[in-house]
Amino acid sequence: MQPIFHHPDGLYCPQAGAFIDPLVPVKRALLTHAHADHLRPGSDAYWCAAPAEALVRRRAGPDATIHPVPYGKAIPIGRLTVSWHPAGHMLGSAQIRVEHRDAVWVVSGDYKRAADPTCAPFETVPCDVFVSEATFGLPIFRWPDPEAVVDEIIAWWRAGAAEGRPSALFAYAYGKSQRILGHLARRALPGPIWLHGAVQGGVDAYRAAGVALADTAGLVVDAEPADLKRALVLAPVSAGGSPWMKRLKRAQTGFASGWMRIRGNRRRKGYDRGFLLSDHADWPALLRTIEESGARRIRFWPGHGEALGDLLRERGRDAGPLERWPGRDPLTPSPPDRPSEVA
Amino acid sequence: MKRFARLYARLDATRSTRAKVAAMADWFAKAPPADAAWAVYLLAGRRLKRTVAPSAYARWAAASVGVPEWLLSTSHATVGDTAETVALMIDTARPTPTDADGVADRPLAAWITEHLRPLAKADDEQKRAALSGWWAALPADQLFLLGKVLTGALRVGVSRKLVVRALARCAEARDAPVDEAVILHRLTGDWSPSAAFFESLLAPPEDGTRPPSQPYPYFLATPVDDAGPEGLGPRAEWQAEWKWDGIRGQLIRRGGEAWLWSRGEELVTPRFPAVVEAAAGLPDGTVLDGELLAWRDGAPLPFAELQRRLNRKRVGKTLLAEVPVAFMAYDVMERGGEDIRARPLEERRAALDAIVESLGHPRLMASPILDGDTWQALAEARESARDRRVEGLMLKRRGSPYRAGRPRGDWWKWKLDPLTVDAVLIYAQPGSGRRATLLTDYTFGVWRGDTLVPFAKAYSGLSDAEITELDRWLRSHTREKFGPVRAVDPEQVFEIAFEGIRRSTRHKSGVAVRFPRMVRWRRDKPAAEADTLAAVEALIEG
Ligand SMILES: [Zn+2]
Repeated sequence: MQPIFHHPDGLYCPQAGAFIDPLVPVKRALLTHAHADHLRPGSDAYWCAAPAEALVRRRAGPDATIHPVPYGKAIPIGRLTVSWHPAGHMLGSAQIRVEHRDAVWVVSGDYKRAADPTCAPFETVPCDVFVSEATFGLPIFRWPDPEAVVDEIIAWWRAGAAEGRPSALFAYAYGKSQRILGHLARRALPGPIWLHGAVQGGVDAYRAAGVALADTAGLVVDAEPADLKRALVLAPVSAGGSPWMKRLKRAQTGFASGWMRIRGNRRRKGYDRGFLLSDHADWPALLRTIEESGARRIRFWPGHGEALGDLLRERGRDAGPLERWPGRDPLTPSPPDRPSEVA
Repeated sequence: MKRFARLYARLDATRSTRAKVAAMADWFAKAPPADAAWAVYLLAGRRLKRTVAPSAYARWAAASVGVPEWLLSTSHATVGDTAETVALMIDTARPTPTDADGVADRPLAAWITEHLRPLAKADDEQKRAALSGWWAALPADQLFLLGKVLTGALRVGVSRKLVVRALARCAEARDAPVDEAVILHRLTGDWSPSAAFFESLLAPPEDGTRPPSQPYPYFLATPVDDAGPEGLGPRAEWQAEWKWDGIRGQLIRRGGEAWLWSRGEELVTPRFPAVVEAAAGLPDGTVLDGELLAWRDGAPLPFAELQRRLNRKRVGKTLLAEVPVAFMAYDVMERGGEDIRARPLEERRAALDAIVESLGHPRLMASPILDGDTWQALAEARESARDRRVEGLMLKRRGSPYRAGRPRGDWWKWKLDPLTVDAVLIYAQPGSGRRATLLTDYTFGVWRGDTLVPFAKAYSGLSDAEITELDRWLRSHTREKFGPVRAVDPEQVFEIAFEGIRRSTRHKSGVAVRFPRMVRWRRDKPAAEADTLAAVEALIEG
């Protein structure tokens, strides 16, 4: 029997009695990384790559049982041999390698191949079966050189500073924001960098792990209006349009995301500028990574990679969605309270 | 094209109208006049005759980079625009362009007149060959513009008004200022872009050079805000009319000929023979502003009927009989060959009544002035708008001139309110067919105390890109699953519009709504500020 199955609440590993990135509390949670859509509090025990420990603890809680595992070190969990390998997605992000009998499975988690000064670069792990993410699994997604995007951000910030306007750059609070600070370290900057409170935690964790980030002046809530006139302000997407924004008088706004590749997204979001900076693999990187893995079977995270799977199958590869766990549900859901039909 | 792509990028990268005007003025001043003329043409929203059908354009491009057609469709569903899908697809397959002939450096006017226009006469093989060459040579931003220009209209989020303002800025910089209204008039109607045309746009004002078919710029009304018209001052200062639900039109009678222009400044003369026949009786030198309506037995037909007429280049006998059309005139811009737009409303209105009365043609009417001498009386009249098949009321300031564009203050439209509610997305489930892999069927709730009560389901109203994005968000914010239904974190707020609402004992919320749809993703609104059930109930009439 294969060691990894699709389950509605995560990837299920029956031989280990464990879930990879479960969305509900379970007994054993094996984590690829500390993003909220991969990590939920309440599980009995967590395993993660060692550099992710502090970030995992922030989300899982101070009392959570966490087993940090150094990159590349294999440990037994149930009847599986499991190891964590850099995925290049964010600090401590990992591909999870699972060995069962003679077969090697690798679950990629989120990954990217582009340069990121704040985390270990993606490492190719040869395997028989590769379970890949494919968030940007369409032949329209290609990322420019991140340094060129950082040039654009600095130029935009400089123009704002010249007019005495703060530049509010929205990005995910964990990972993307710190990556931007990592790229900005050792660059000549037009002004100070201030943070939204939600970004500070990640910044502290990265600094504690010894990652070099650009200096930050403090939290926006503690700043005088004059401090912000030439500032770059990093904030999570949720802060846009919130009362917090009132502190940023006349701010120009930008958003850093892979979705900014599409013009409609740039416009509809209502930001002044979109910066194409993603922590996921673009289309060429997905194809390249799948090739380099040497895998005979390619599987995708449920609900993603359908187009890419179809294309690979057309090209004669064994590719498609990860098989669904056929046995009894190891978790029992409560009965539904369905919304009533409205005519 | 490289220079024009830079202008486009500047326009696209800002929401400030000031910055947009500055970018255009700057560009017009530096560009060769022929390029500037073509830029004006494209930015003002005009389009070239379509050279390639968007579907063929996309198919050929996909084949050129080895992307199968089904994958092209999937990509298109995410991007939502053919030209952009093609540009991104080529840019992904071929990161670095190879431009041995320097086509990217060719000026805009040369591109259009020497490359794009001649292509309209080429056969498919020739078109394909030419396109393949350009696809290989141009970077992504220019690929996008090429696709837009070839397959349809280029929309940049600049209105013609902003283009006009930028041109006025140019004229000013040359120390030969020209009024914006004059430039706008010169840009109205039929013209072809050339260096000479661009110079004539900025030339000092003079009379007598305009072609007889040339329409005037329309005066566009501003919506009355939610507070209602009381803020406009005493009722007596305003003339009220119905706001007709048809197609804005300008009927011109000059030099023994008649022309009918639509709001989009398209000549629609051949499509409305009855109106043109009526116009034949107008005195020479008459220009009327009004509304084309499908009209029978003294009342408008639904707008959808008029749409049937508009969709045809030539209208057959059956349709002519089934959907009779009339011109509901509401203003006079020119009388006896004289531009009377500056005269006060009452004077123009008297002229209109005189013209319509002496014509005495059943297909040309004057929009009646509504009585009701208080705002309250008008509000009551407005309530009957749905039954009368009109959109609401028009309020025009007595004594005001006929202005150009959408200046605030003198013309207001007081439309019927669509019923809308801000509700929180609480459940999601996959759709069917092409949508089966995405969560596209949503249930929305409104607040009763601190719980959210489901009150409407909606399936439509979002763009493909929004659906994809929302799908991602929903998957990572699922709280519980009940079969295919997911209960999600109640965080996303949407504005839901619907046609009617009534009490219902079958529904948990106690209300049932008709044709609910999403009109806007209120990313700016926290869930706590969504509407309450009490607010929804208040929408029920009686
Ligand atoms: Zn992630």
